[in-house]
Amino acid sequence: MPLLERRFTIKANDFVKAGEVSIEVQGILKKIGFDPTLVRRVSICAYEAEMNVVMHGGDGEMMLHVEPEEIDLVCSDQGGGIEDIELALLPGYSTARPEHQEMGFGAGMGLPNIKKNASSLDVYSRKGEGTRLIMKFEVGDEH
Amino acid sequence: MTMKLAELVELLDAEIVVGHEKRDLSFEFCTASDLMSDILRGPTSGSILITGLNNTQVIRASVIANVAAIVLVRKKRPNEDLVERAKEHEIPLIRTPFTMFTACGKLFEVGLRGIDELL
Repeated sequence: MPLLERRFTIKANDFVKAGEVSIEVQGILKKIGFDPTLVRRVSICAYEAEMNVVMHGGDGEMMLHVEPEEIDLVCSDQGGGIEDIELALLPGYSTARPEHQEMGFGAGMGLPNIKKNASSLDVYSRKGEGTRLIMKFEVGDEH
Repeated sequence: MTMKLAELVELLDAEIVVGHEKRDLSFEFCTASDLMSDILRGPTSGSILITGLNNTQVIRASVIANVAAIVLVRKKRPNEDLVERAKEHEIPLIRTPFTMFTACGKLFEVGLRGIDELL
């Protein structure tokens, strides 16, 4: 039995609300009492994934699944998908638009940063068919 | 070296927009960037963020990364939503007339250091 399971919706191009889901995830994990470093890692991944959906993904959702030994985040969207996943995982590769860059995004560090912070990351995507990120965090792993 | 928010405000000839009650907050490290990824990647937890980014997302990224306070450079007037979000998340928001380079220089001069030392 999981400790907790929550589902959040993410709206495309809504920069007023963008990030609220991740802050809610952060609050939930803090309240449960997980180690602050782990909470920060999960929150950063949630935020990177959420912003990707807002900027590139069309509408989407984030699932949070919490167990005593593992936290899972699954972020899926109905956007245009990723043409070349290997390329998207390379630091510095970005398809962000100028208006995203003006806000400080688009350095091409989103997926690499998720990879760095999560215990494991799986990316499922096809051009035109949306994207699904599965991020797992083992409680107590050395990161 | 540690510094209190009140001392930073004086040194940078700054104005506290949000967080008057946190004047005694002390911190050790600073980071300066206009890129969200710098806020989200480095060991920015507990540090002061010096930035020219004047949008709501800078607050959200700072909350996510546990940044202690935000210093807005070049006399930028924060937009209303940014102020509201800073209040909501109880993160001090400060504005200085100095450019990013000068603000950083002034803080470095008195002994504050970047997060490089934590890398």
